[in-house]
Amino acid sequence: MPVKRFDKTPMPTQVAGMRAHNFLEVNEGYTEDHARFEAERCLRCQDPICVTGCPVGVPIPQFIHAVALGDRQGASRLLRSANPLASVCGRVCAQENQCEARCSLAGRFNPVAIGHLERFVADWERTQTHEAKPQITRTEKVAIIGSGPAGLVCAGELARLGYSVTIYEALHAPGGVLRYGIPEFRLPKDILDWEISLLTDLGVKIECNVIIGRTLSLDQLTTKMGYSAVFIGTGAGLPQFLGIPGENLVGVYSANEYLTRVNLMRGYSADADTPVAHGESVAIVGAGNTAMDAVRTAMRMGASKAMVIYRRSETEMSAREEEYHHAKEEGVEFHCLTNPLEIIDDGNGRVAALRCQRMVLGEPDKSGRARPVAIPDSEFVIPVDNVVLAIGTTPNPMLTRTTAGLSTTPSGCIVADERTGSTSRSLVFAGGDAVSGAATVILAAGAGKRAASAIHETLNPG
Amino acid sequence: MSRIVETRQLTPVTKMFVLDNRLIAESAQAGQFVMLRVHKDGERIPVTIADYDREAGTITIVVQAVGATTRRVDALDVGDEILDVAGPLGSPIEIPDGGAHVVGVGGGFGAAALLCLMREIHAKGNTATAIVGARNQDLLIMTNELLGVADNVEICTDDGSAGMKGFVTQRLAQLMDGQGPGRPDRVIAIGPMAMMRAIAAATKESGIKTMVSMDPLMVDGTGMCGGCRVIVDGKSQFACIDGPVFDAQLVDFDLAMRRNKAYAEQEKAAAKRLACAPAEAV
Repeated sequence: MPVKRFDKTPMPTQVAGMRAHNFLEVNEGYTEDHARFEAERCLRCQDPICVTGCPVGVPIPQFIHAVALGDRQGASRLLRSANPLASVCGRVCAQENQCEARCSLAGRFNPVAIGHLERFVADWERTQTHEAKPQITRTEKVAIIGSGPAGLVCAGELARLGYSVTIYEALHAPGGVLRYGIPEFRLPKDILDWEISLLTDLGVKIECNVIIGRTLSLDQLTTKMGYSAVFIGTGAGLPQFLGIPGENLVGVYSANEYLTRVNLMRGYSADADTPVAHGESVAIVGAGNTAMDAVRTAMRMGASKAMVIYRRSETEMSAREEEYHHAKEEGVEFHCLTNPLEIIDDGNGRVAALRCQRMVLGEPDKSGRARPVAIPDSEFVIPVDNVVLAIGTTPNPMLTRTTAGLSTTPSGCIVADERTGSTSRSLVFAGGDAVSGAATVILAAGAGKRAASAIHETLNPG
Repeated sequence: MSRIVETRQLTPVTKMFVLDNRLIAESAQAGQFVMLRVHKDGERIPVTIADYDREAGTITIVVQAVGATTRRVDALDVGDEILDVAGPLGSPIEIPDGGAHVVGVGGGFGAAALLCLMREIHAKGNTATAIVGARNQDLLIMTNELLGVADNVEICTDDGSAGMKGFVTQRLAQLMDGQGPGRPDRVIAIGPMAMMRAIAAATKESGIKTMVSMDPLMVDGTGMCGGCRVIVDGKSQFACIDGPVFDAQLVDFDLAMRRNKAYAEQEKAAAKRLACAPAEAV
């Protein structure tokens, strides 16, 4: 009889007091013993509903069974067959809302740590030698716009189907939000580089510094350059601002800018030329995963006081529980039911403080969450050196503004079929945050995967 | 990677580079810029496209060596590669469809950006006038090239060593009074923020549509960071995707000037580190 335990095998982590001051990965990964022990907790349900919670349909019980048997090779083959970004998703995917939420153990006990096991298998795979060779067996070429999760997955699937695939990336390095957004301590860049190298080994070409809509038009891709189909995975990278006074003072960043300066431009390294603020006291406005990434980054950049300012309560936060707990352990202060009203000038055009008011929760609003209501005469001031706004992003309009016939919603999302990713233009597909608005890595990966199948069916029906 | 095929020292701190980059050369238009990065730890900096040659597949940029990155660019020569060149970014300048007198004002090394602008203005059947200014004759750049593409080139120097003695704003005021090539129908200013603000003030009462090319700090140049936001008509606009050219009368110049100094101290320190570094590190 396999050993049954009520609790998830805990993920070994770096000690909070130490990790709050370095950029090394927080989670250290399961050992073989941890993994086999945890894998034995899986009930191997006849009708595994966990799989229905996975946007890319990972054969969860099968790969976990292979782990339990010590067959890492088999586990990695099963995992890789469904998820081309396993080592990324094993780290950043919100399994607690997806596969793990549907685990049969989840009701009475803690669910199987599917995510931790996914990471274990993918990390083992990374230590093995790969002998992938390009197998371009088809004449059709497909162009992918954007090298974030949606684009990478779509490219990988199409390359495996034998298509000649080229990814166009606007920045100087591929990965999209996985590179500029997610910090090193959650997703080390050498892991991302390894995942990308698997794709280039398959023959996927990546052209950086090419902005579709500016350097080349979408029409040039489909006509002059001979691409049979195009997939748009341009993400939701346009930062939103609050519109409160003082927002343009020096020292106020969008989370995108702050994280890009640190992640993509390597602001954490003394060798990097890109300057970034090193505030002693830093306030992050918002409470999603990006806010957690930003506040924990501020901590690691030397802030003695790193705060989250959020107008609702802890319960309404959209950040993953793990991120929230890690942040708390690291010493991040949470100021909930606190609404920023104004960023105060120090007299020289720089940030001096944040003027806030206290809130109380009222009736649910249209998002279904309790609406925060201001408490009269509750204003107060928090002295800060930097303010980082992590209040959401919308799709980047560069491509849609410069491309005729591509339908978008009023909020700038590309209109695309949920199942196939097909857009208002024939042979142009789209998926990920560019279609859904800001969402998750795994949803983007799922959309990229579905679009790849749809592209294949369109180009080679039957 | 873009190879440098030609360089020319224009002033002691200003250097022109012709880069081999066919994709950008084929799509560039006046008013757009590229993002450059010169080494693996380097920052991305926006640089205006001064000119492009679609046949030759080259673009021309002019760089003033003031900070760490621009000094690294300055140290490069023919045959060297620039690690990353991305573009063209930003929206092209809107040019009237013909019959208009369009005046481009170029201050300092901004004068270089008038090259492709003048050519496009002329090609669309308008009269293209360039007003360029510098402290003295030795600091004037690209005047011969401008003579080849503009219908009129008006030169101003602070000390009178070339052209008219005075500022570009003074010459513009004379044109508005009907002197020289005459009253402009539109003015486009590219140069230091203080000059652009002065141009905006000069045309304010005239009703002449005036555009300025904003040059804020940027990280990515593709709409992602929002660091380049400028307030135009009370609304936040991203220079990289909504601009960089905006209606001069609606721009909040004070704020833009303050934001451009955000990293003044760090930039000074970086430039100092570079000055102390051994030559091969540059």
